[in-house]
Amino acid sequence: MREIKVSQITETVKDLCIKACTELNPDVQQAIAQALENEPSEAGKAVLRQLLDNADIARSEKIPICQDTGFTVVYLELGQQVNLTGGSLNEAINQGVKQGYTEGYLRKSIVKNPLLAPENTKDNTPAIIHTDIVPGDKLKISVLPKGGGSENMSRIKMMKPADGVEGVKNFVIETVNNAGANPCPPIVVGVGMGGTFDHVAYLAKKTLLRKIGQRNPDPRLAELEVEWLNEVNKLGIGPAGLGGRTTALDLFIEEFPRHIATYPAAVNIQCHADRSKTFIL
Amino acid sequence: MGAVKINTPLNDEVIKTLNIGMEVYLSGIVYTARDAAHKKLLELIDNNEQLPFDIQGSVIYYVGPSPAKPGQPIGAAGPTTSYRMDPFVPAMFEAGMKGMIGKGQRSQQVIDNISKYTGVYFGATGGAAALLAKSVKAAEVIAFPELGAEAIRKLEVQDMPLIVINDCYGKDLYQQGRSKWAIK
Repeated sequence: MREIKVSQITETVKDLCIKACTELNPDVQQAIAQALENEPSEAGKAVLRQLLDNADIARSEKIPICQDTGFTVVYLELGQQVNLTGGSLNEAINQGVKQGYTEGYLRKSIVKNPLLAPENTKDNTPAIIHTDIVPGDKLKISVLPKGGGSENMSRIKMMKPADGVEGVKNFVIETVNNAGANPCPPIVVGVGMGGTFDHVAYLAKKTLLRKIGQRNPDPRLAELEVEWLNEVNKLGIGPAGLGGRTTALDLFIEEFPRHIATYPAAVNIQCHADRSKTFIL
Repeated sequence: MGAVKINTPLNDEVIKTLNIGMEVYLSGIVYTARDAAHKKLLELIDNNEQLPFDIQGSVIYYVGPSPAKPGQPIGAAGPTTSYRMDPFVPAMFEAGMKGMIGKGQRSQQVIDNISKYTGVYFGATGGAAALLAKSVKAAEVIAFPELGAEAIRKLEVQDMPLIVINDCYGKDLYQQGRSKWAIK
């Protein structure tokens, strides 16, 4: 057994929260720069230039790329030969979120008792924590701060098996089309297919950890990703919704076996501030 | 075409010169309000109570900034999605508001109200929050401090980069842009 102190986890989560919110990942920045070269709309180009300037300012001044520093979603791949010591894993993660959002001057956007007595928790906790137990003696931690504007434009649909691939494709395009300018295009589109009602949304969101341009290892799904991305970029929504050909930077598909009676599909939309950071302990 | 410079408060004369797609550098005072603050403002309006700021000719910025670092007037300060404020717009116009800054499409009712009250809806680039914060020279919480990021702030802005999304002539830049660039 390898020992990891939970205090190390707190420190790592804190660091990942701050870095994810202030340092745009190079793959995203590169994709925006590439889009600037390809975008024919002048208004669209002006927006893409602003986004590149914005990323530079955020990085050099260590301020958030976007004021909405999100709901903190944390993915863990915990090696089964790891022995966690010194306290509770989930408490350690939430402590890291609290420290990161406080010391990093990040916005606290989480309200408890949402139905009857909404009240800000004042430290952006609790995080949404997904833990996978895997072989090995490492702990991989990914932090994905998810903004509310793009989350609001995301959808889930329990389709019929007869709807087929075309049905899912139409659902994806319709979701992006309805979202229009709202989710801060150019967006990243995460598509989940199969599993259960809850699992399909998990699949869609988890694709957002991929780097821009990282295709599904299944070549048939990789082909669909490229085809659907091209379709999305025909919608004309463009950067900031002002019109143009860069509506999405990428589109990812992840699937899971389904029940013979069900055909669940989910579309999780991510804004151009496609933020996440990963560290392995 | 270069950007036009305008100042707050806004009046009909200035607003009538604005057309969709125009780039604007806005200077002067703007007030921040989002979901929770609008709800409280409407309660005050409904009860004929005094508002915490002079709403005549005012521009409302839909933003909940991140906390300011020491020595800075404000943290990151980009727009939030505007449609959530759509239900409050008729009462705000009726009270004297003239302009709104946000991102994302508005309802037909809001677009009609912008014409009816000779108002304007500006877009700020969503997610360009570090860049937009540069145009904020001073910030002060003036109402509802208990709302934290959602409190009403009085911002002094200089040359804030905006684009006219909905003008007082009933036009919509989002619709126009989309139909121009869509591939059927």
